[in-house]
Amino acid sequence: MSLGQGMPSVAGEGAVSRADQVTAASRLQSARKRQRVLATGLGLFVLLSTVRWLTDSPDLTSSGTVGTTLRLAVPIGLAALGGLWSERSGIVNIGLEGMMILGTWFGAWGAWQYGPWAGVAIGIAGGMAAGLLHALATVTFNVDHIISGVAIITLAGGIARYLSVEVYTDVPGGGATQSPRVEGVGTFDLPILSGGGLFGWHSPDVLGSLEEHHWLIVSDLAGVLRGATHNLSYLTLLAILLVPLTWWIMWRTVFGLRVRSCGEHPTAADSLGVPVNRMRYLALMISGGLAGLAGAFLAIEAASIYRQGQTQGRGFIGLAAMIFGNWLPLGAAAGAALFGFADALNLRDKSAVHALLLFVAVAALVYAAVQFRRGKRSTALVTGVLGLLAGLWFFTTDEVPVEFVQMTPYVVTLLVLAVATQRLRPPAHDGKPWRKGQVE
Amino acid sequence: MQRLTIPLLRLAAPVAAVLFALTISGLVLWLSGSDPFHAFKLMWDFGTTEQSIASIVDRAVPLYLSGVAFAIAFKMGLFNIGVEGQYTVAALMAAFVGAAVELPPVLHVTLILLVAMASGMLWGAIPGVLKVTRGVHEVITSIMLNNIATFVVSYLLANHFLDRSDETLNLQTKKIAPSGWFPELFDLGPNATINGIVLVALVIGVSYYVLIWRTRFGYDLRASGLNPLAARASGVAPGPMVVKGMMLSGAVAGLVGMPILLGFSHNYGLDFGTGLGFAGITVALLGRNNPVGIAVGALLLAFLDRSAQILDLEDIPKEIVVIMEGVIVLSVVIAYELVQRVIERQQRRMIAEEPPPAAPAATRQPLGAPA
Amino acid sequence: MTAPDGTTRRAVDTDQAMAVELEGIVKRFPGVVANDGVDLAVRRGDIHALVGENGAGKSTLMKILYGMQPPDEGTMSVNGQPVAFRSPKEAITAGIGMVHQHFMLADQLTVLENVVLGDEPSRAGRINFTEATERIQELSSAYGLDVDPNQTVETLGVGERQRVEIIKVLFRGARILILDEPTAVLVPQEIDELFNNLRELKAQGETIVFISHKLDEVLAIADAITVLRAGRTVATVDPHDVTAGDLAELMVGSELPTPETRESTVTDQVELEVDDVSVKGEGERWLLEHISFKVHRGEVVGVAGVEGNGQTELIDVVLGLQPAASGSIRLEGEDLVSVGTRARREAGIGYIPEDRHKRGLLMGSPIWENAMLGHQTRAPYAKGPWINRTGAKRRTAEILAAYDVRAPGVDVAGYALSGGNQQKLIIGRELMAGATVLLANHPTRGVDVGAQAAVWDHLREARAAGLATLLVSADLEELIGLSDRLLVMLRGRIVAELDPARVTPEELGSYMTGARTAA
Repeated sequence: MSLGQGMPSVAGEGAVSRADQVTAASRLQSARKRQRVLATGLGLFVLLSTVRWLTDSPDLTSSGTVGTTLRLAVPIGLAALGGLWSERSGIVNIGLEGMMILGTWFGAWGAWQYGPWAGVAIGIAGGMAAGLLHALATVTFNVDHIISGVAIITLAGGIARYLSVEVYTDVPGGGATQSPRVEGVGTFDLPILSGGGLFGWHSPDVLGSLEEHHWLIVSDLAGVLRGATHNLSYLTLLAILLVPLTWWIMWRTVFGLRVRSCGEHPTAADSLGVPVNRMRYLALMISGGLAGLAGAFLAIEAASIYRQGQTQGRGFIGLAAMIFGNWLPLGAAAGAALFGFADALNLRDKSAVHALLLFVAVAALVYAAVQFRRGKRSTALVTGVLGLLAGLWFFTTDEVPVEFVQMTPYVVTLLVLAVATQRLRPPAHDGKPWRKGQVE
Repeated sequence: MQRLTIPLLRLAAPVAAVLFALTISGLVLWLSGSDPFHAFKLMWDFGTTEQSIASIVDRAVPLYLSGVAFAIAFKMGLFNIGVEGQYTVAALMAAFVGAAVELPPVLHVTLILLVAMASGMLWGAIPGVLKVTRGVHEVITSIMLNNIATFVVSYLLANHFLDRSDETLNLQTKKIAPSGWFPELFDLGPNATINGIVLVALVIGVSYYVLIWRTRFGYDLRASGLNPLAARASGVAPGPMVVKGMMLSGAVAGLVGMPILLGFSHNYGLDFGTGLGFAGITVALLGRNNPVGIAVGALLLAFLDRSAQILDLEDIPKEIVVIMEGVIVLSVVIAYELVQRVIERQQRRMIAEEPPPAAPAATRQPLGAPA
Repeated sequence: MTAPDGTTRRAVDTDQAMAVELEGIVKRFPGVVANDGVDLAVRRGDIHALVGENGAGKSTLMKILYGMQPPDEGTMSVNGQPVAFRSPKEAITAGIGMVHQHFMLADQLTVLENVVLGDEPSRAGRINFTEATERIQELSSAYGLDVDPNQTVETLGVGERQRVEIIKVLFRGARILILDEPTAVLVPQEIDELFNNLRELKAQGETIVFISHKLDEVLAIADAITVLRAGRTVATVDPHDVTAGDLAELMVGSELPTPETRESTVTDQVELEVDDVSVKGEGERWLLEHISFKVHRGEVVGVAGVEGNGQTELIDVVLGLQPAASGSIRLEGEDLVSVGTRARREAGIGYIPEDRHKRGLLMGSPIWENAMLGHQTRAPYAKGPWINRTGAKRRTAEILAAYDVRAPGVDVAGYALSGGNQQKLIIGRELMAGATVLLANHPTRGVDVGAQAAVWDHLREARAAGLATLLVSADLEELIGLSDRLLVMLRGRIVAELDPARVTPEELGSYMTGARTAA
């Protein structure tokens, strides 16, 4: 696509053609940006594949790892989406953790009483109720968002603990801090590619056999794809679909635009007739519902049981994933996947984590080189040093202590925030108090 | 008359919140088939025994310290959600150092306390520095650091600070020699002693008051929290102020684990008390960041925790108390907000309704009647 | 013509119908009458300028026209029909669109999103981007308003953002546009572009009400000019019949207050010297350019100028709140460039901010803590590292007495005082703290007339005792009455130095509004 074509030469049409030029230029720019992201992604995948091959750690890209990654990433990703809905409307939602807790409890209870899908619905409802409470405190009473969030976590924890004791104490399989086992919603395999059934015929597992060959890149690709299509829970599928759905609603519908305007410039939105408070209430209910779904997934699918404390701070990691993803659905999903990946590796094969160090080292050094060429000396220096340290660590040790692996999501979040906060783009009015009639 | 009304109104908020929480919890109990009045009476009777009172004071100390830590940062307009991580790191370091030496009693205990404060200060400085240099919001960084602290401590404990002489295979540090123990200082009766570390809490509380309300530094700190622009115009340098505030908050946070360390367990293990960070937020909010208010809040929470133990014997879930605490927090902040609006409206009306005084200066009243 | 919500509006038939007619508008606020019987008649298809100083009542009038506030008295009619708007939505429906001085644009949304918000073309909840883009591009090409619908607003320059605001109101079918101080934030090149757009709009039959204080611009673009002063319509003129000087005189009034004859207390000792200071703002804008002046012991240097021309930035840079891109600031000979605000305050710079709520007070704190603000490191407020409560309260009581601050005691909260008393408290605390240089930014804003005279007396006393004062004010009586020398600022530069005893209103007004530039 060339800019030189079609440029009018008549001076009188200058204004129109300039607008066209600008549009064309910005389209070119975003196309270039997309190409860059794609190229980087491909490069990283090739690097990962190479490292896997070099260090003989098949688990880096195995379907088992990817499957586990998905399972671990879903609650984080759903929580991240929940945070997204809230913060895009301008309300900080630290209470996601609490809403998730309610999701785990009510999800397990609903599943135990009425079946897995009912449990999902009731878990969502529990989260929504907490979202409503948060809205009441922050939107109507103008309580500080963070304080309200902390209060909700406390309250939710109390409710879950109390109800557990009340309901589960004398139930077989249950106890004061856990529910009896519950059934999941079911899994499926994609036919032909991953061995799924097709009208009763048990199809071949093409990807699986490709994976077994451990060929460079091809087998890795097969592993990744199979992980996403084999033994896939319906809830996981739902969670994955919620990502593009969230994007579509937020950026393509009237409702989504209005919600976003409340988070960017509520006074402007108000001046144009958008009911800011009502939008925020709805957004927070959606936020709570998603966090409730995250909790329900944890209890019903991942663990098949409600256990006290099972959220383990995933609500906060979800917030971190949201920030890592620059308040965008796809970014939040990527962040959740990243955190889930590190966690999955740790569960399945600790030596694979060690291999990951090599990956990090090479990637960091390449990044440092690129930044150096761009003239960003200090960034290049910092990432270069980090890359060297990672490499040193790889070569001088055989294993990464388990605690350090578990720390990864949090450290990565800190690093991303420290490096990129200046360039991250939270909604402009996020977290700030607002009342109708306010000047700004 | 007006001078009395304001503090009374302010007191009304937490009282109303507690009453509201009692009502809600009573409702929950009733819906679950228990008799709320019976439950509350049980709790009151049990909670007011000598053993209980001693236990309550002991429990209240770490809550108080946690509350003060949060309040210091809050007065500056910062949210130190990282108290949890700060005291975890501090407790480990203090336990390790404390067990590594043996000094005369007062010195030993002082050393442990200082190590705890220093560790908390350093861990608390990180969010402050990140905020000032990179603009990162301290809430998320402090939450991340809480989790990182858990793993760092766990790693250090398992690999470097482990007590290898212990036969029980528990993951814990070496026990501190008795010279590093804080003695029980107050005796209310059989099995009802209060650990002397309550004095540390007292000292911290007084220091908090003096520092924040009586020193120039404290004035600058409060001004920064109330009106950052005006504070800057008055000469406060915002960056250093943020870091100092977080460090101070972290230093006090570091002490939160000391009651357990110095008065109870004498070493750090994986079962060291958790959750005190968030409880401190509740306490600080209840007490509206006031040194005496925080103490009352701490005692209240400790009372609830302690008196609920008796409910187990009657088959009533003692977790009702956690619901109570949650409702208290939410309703107290809403109540304070509403009360503040009422006070402001009243004060404005008071001034507006005052008739303009007569012009000649001679009739002006002497000003400055102490309030 | 079809409005965006699908309704059809009856085209108004008569040519003689005025687009807007306001008669006898009165609007009172506590303590001030913003509009005192204002008349305004705007012909359809005109670019009608509304000029006046700060506080003349222009903003209030426009807010009434736009439905943001109801008038206390008076009538309004739009296109011949009497109207009484209760909200901006009603004004929008009547075809009035307002482009605010401070843009209401969400930076991270695109141009298209900002334009359609609240009035989105949609199908079953899904935004119809094609239709929206088409309509925006139609408007864009019809009026020469160059915008890219897909760009995010934050990447746009100020001129472009203004175009987006204009398209926003046109999108909703505005036929009468109100532009509030549109050139306040533009550089000359952007102003030219804007004026081209306005002419284009006029050619298409739009009516434009153009609020400004910059007379040179007004004369260049307007078809008719209404001058407001002190809440009243002074005159409505044809630009061909008047000069900028005439307008300036109308704006400012034919009589300036005479300064009181007094002995000059100005000495030779230079307390504050500002030398070639420039301050950069966002993008390429210079907030201050090559500012140089001196303030002597015992002198009041007044800074005249319409608000927003760099006066606040001048005070900020001396105070240390804004960095200077170049130049030096010397206090009693010492260069302050590397010294922070605290040290400058301690060295004796006093400060009366123009917005006491934002910069001068801790509203929720007791008065005695407010009296300390800015002086919290020195006696009598501090003793060593401690706050001296008794000293502070005593000094506060002294301030309350000496400056007639009406308060029941030193322990009431700041928000409990009326605005005037708050201001008096601030002035008292600065003057009593022994400053050598006082930066006074609108020191009697919001103070009632009787108290104002007392404040002036205090300032004069301080001057006689040797205080060097930099006085920024919009109150000409105050400036003329207090200043020994008068500097005029426009667009970040000092454009004139005048003698308050001899300056004529025409002269002063002309410099302030750019009608006359420095020789």
